Amino acid sequence: MITGRFLAKLDRLGIAFIILMLAVAIIVPVLALAIPAKSAFAIPPYVVALMGKYLCYALLALALDLVWGYCGILSLGHGAFFALGGYAMGMYLMRQIGARGVYANPILPDFMVFLNYKELPIPWWGFNFFPYAMAMVMLVPGLLAFAFGWFAFRSRVTGVYLSIITQALTYALKLAFFRNDFGFGGNNGLTDFKDIVGFNVQADATRAALFSISAIALVIAFILAKAIVTSKYGKALIAVRDAESRVRFLGYRVENYKLFVWVVSAVIAGIAGALYVPQVGIINPSEFDPGNSIEAVIWVAVGGRGTLVGAVLGAIVVNFAKTYFTGVFPEYWLFGLGALFVLVTLFLPKGILGWLSSLRRKPTPAPPASLAERSTIAEEGGSAQ
Amino acid sequence: MTLARLFAALFLFCCLAAASSAARADPLDDTLGLFLDDKFPQTEKAIGQLAISGAPTGTQILEALADNRLFIDKASKTIVFKNAAGDIFSAKTGEKAANIDEGALKKVRVNNGLRSAIDAAIGSMTLASPDPAKRVAGADAVFKSHDPKDLPAVDAALAKEKDQHAAQALRQARAAILVLSADAPEADRLAAVGLLKERGDQDAQGLLDELSQKAGEGPLKAAALAGLASIKSRLALWDIVQNLWYGLSASSVLLLAAIGLAITFGVMGVINMAHGEMVMLGAYSTFIVQSLLPPAFAQWSLAVAIPLAFVIAGCMGILIERLVIRYLYGRPLETLLATWGVSLVLQQLVRTIFGANNRQVVAPTFMSGSIEVGGLSITTGRLWIIVLAIAVFTALQLVLRATSFGLRMRAVTQNRRMAAAMGISTGRIDMLAFGLGSGIAGIAGVALSQIDNVSPNLGQGYIIDSFMVVVLGGVGNLWGTLLGALTLGVANKLLEPFVGAVLGKIILLVFIILFIQKRPRGLFALKGRAVET
Repeated sequence: MITGRFLAKLDRLGIAFIILMLAVAIIVPVLALAIPAKSAFAIPPYVVALMGKYLCYALLALALDLVWGYCGILSLGHGAFFALGGYAMGMYLMRQIGARGVYANPILPDFMVFLNYKELPIPWWGFNFFPYAMAMVMLVPGLLAFAFGWFAFRSRVTGVYLSIITQALTYALKLAFFRNDFGFGGNNGLTDFKDIVGFNVQADATRAALFSISAIALVIAFILAKAIVTSKYGKALIAVRDAESRVRFLGYRVENYKLFVWVVSAVIAGIAGALYVPQVGIINPSEFDPGNSIEAVIWVAVGGRGTLVGAVLGAIVVNFAKTYFTGVFPEYWLFGLGALFVLVTLFLPKGILGWLSSLRRKPTPAPPASLAERSTIAEEGGSAQ
Repeated sequence: MTLARLFAALFLFCCLAAASSAARADPLDDTLGLFLDDKFPQTEKAIGQLAISGAPTGTQILEALADNRLFIDKASKTIVFKNAAGDIFSAKTGEKAANIDEGALKKVRVNNGLRSAIDAAIGSMTLASPDPAKRVAGADAVFKSHDPKDLPAVDAALAKEKDQHAAQALRQARAAILVLSADAPEADRLAAVGLLKERGDQDAQGLLDELSQKAGEGPLKAAALAGLASIKSRLALWDIVQNLWYGLSASSVLLLAAIGLAITFGVMGVINMAHGEMVMLGAYSTFIVQSLLPPAFAQWSLAVAIPLAFVIAGCMGILIERLVIRYLYGRPLETLLATWGVSLVLQQLVRTIFGANNRQVVAPTFMSGSIEVGGLSITTGRLWIIVLAIAVFTALQLVLRATSFGLRMRAVTQNRRMAAAMGISTGRIDMLAFGLGSGIAGIAGVALSQIDNVSPNLGQGYIIDSFMVVVLGGVGNLWGTLLGALTLGVANKLLEPFVGAVLGKIILLVFIILFIQKRPRGLFALKGRAVET
């Protein structure tokens, strides 16, 4: 049993996480739909949508943790993969509107009629077909990540340089998608969705179902990520993170290791975006903003880098705080977020999870950060002789 | 007898002539009378008459009319005008008019059609001005309006013109009129086409274009088309030069914004995401200086703002280095995150203090306006920014090459551990380098405040471009940064006319992503053993 072997590798925290997520996936829809609205246990529909959104962010954080926490690739452009997945889903949803749009054109979405398109542009072909759209959700971010990673890792672009060009990537995509003639709705993006596989997007039951699907997707992605990082391959990944050139000198093809995990991570991010769009009802080019991608990095840092569960925890905690504080003190949230970046990097380098585990057992294993530090110093020392 | 009758007739004729000239003692009165009606056709006629009257107050009246300063004094039925200060003068004599009741004044109305008539009239009147520069301006105005009515005035002015430059302008104005007037001799019109071709600007192009469409087949049309083609290629050439200039100007801004980043990145290997906010702080320092200085010293505001911005942004940089960055040594990616956090805090801080709205920074007079060089228009403000960028670059090179601090800084950039072993206090160098880089960003902010909106998001717009410059140029030395800024700025502006601003930027970003594959450490990479894996 392959699954059995995976489960054997899961630690207690991971098992607890999977059980919790599956429980949430069942309980939340029940509380939202079956319990009368007046009951104290009932969950209002907007909360379901909000929690669904958090889960999508958690999925993005998980993807980011896979590359940053285990392979040392700090991507400041994961929002691009997220948004591309979101756009693929958005295109499917736009095609589902059909003749119900303002201009009642059965083929062309409203913005195309408005911009005087005569026929559907080729990139939009096939998006009315759900399996094709879902394939695109994974293929588009995956292929972009493959092309980008193939070039970047082969020429050994690492560290800060890599972070900067990932940021340039998402910035370039943002500029492109902002253009009206790029053919994806320009700055208004895609919105006004009606149906998803025949169900009304706005309906409470659909919302609840999307929430459950997000939770299940999170569990599947978690198991996949855990399987990757606990495998032999994962060991090599961690070695790459801590001392890339040593691994290369030992004969490993470092770029292939990096490329694989990079593409997997991009695909997960794309799926997160695809689940996000129907739940928030809109996708526009501001999702490509470099600021969003950097914010996703801080979720991982807050929860605990290189722990997977921590990334999910961080995404949910930070976004919950964001929702709360932007509601109560809107002008101070940026202070809070900024301070969070600084304080977490300074005082909680291992995140909430690392901090909790260090509270529990005194003798802590060597943290990844200091390991990396020691190895670079050793290498520098070695090369300076 | 017949002689007597002849004399009598002559006498009578003389008397009549005298009487009529007494009745119309001054044609200016008639002209001004037309203004009294305050009807557009009459006013237009009056403008035409004024233009050829040669009346000493003519220009003043027309200028007043264009500025809505010409009034009908209903009490005395005369025309008066005010000067900019509000004093009232008689239109007839040009002398200060006393005892005028402001309440009885009624504005002479003008519309857009009249305004262009006024401009043309002023143009033809200034042809007779004693100042050659004014005559040139007048000739240009006639050139633009090319109204056949002005031809006699132009011819008259041309006959007496001694100044070469003004004569050239007048000949061109004459050509502009002739080239489109169908009843002029063909030889004259052909010569006019030649003159227009020589002038070769957009107006000349417009005239020739019109001619080539109107003229029937023949030598004239052929000449017009040939002239048009020559002007087009000339303008295209100037267009490229103009775009190069824009590129140079964009490069200077990029250089100012990126050079500080290159220093901090070079010395410490960390990317300061709050660098854009240092630029923003510099811009706000300019704003503060400008609002605090008394208006009499407004010309000097930049002289105060540049050192102040350097100090403010530099101190902020040192503060960040001492409080945050030095604890993250050896963890460049974490530093990136922490400085991003700092940038969010600084942005929100400025937004809380100064408000989210854009702040206006007024350029001092010596920085406004523009210079025309051939077909090239150079904005003075941009020119000064280029000067500032060159000055900053030179000063920085001097600091790096000629001071002990610069030597130490270069040592730390090249090999931190070895530098430390030689007794250089690397911590102190880090702090000072960070302060220096941030301070230069502050100076960049002063420059940017002159050409961009001063808002809390100011820095955000430049940070990614600055990174690109550093990535392209490498951190080996400042020449790389200069080359990177020039490449990006000029390439961006040369691409813009063909593909648009946004697509041009995307193309460049993609180019950099590909470039970095070939040269992962930029154009001027550090070489040697110290370069980490």
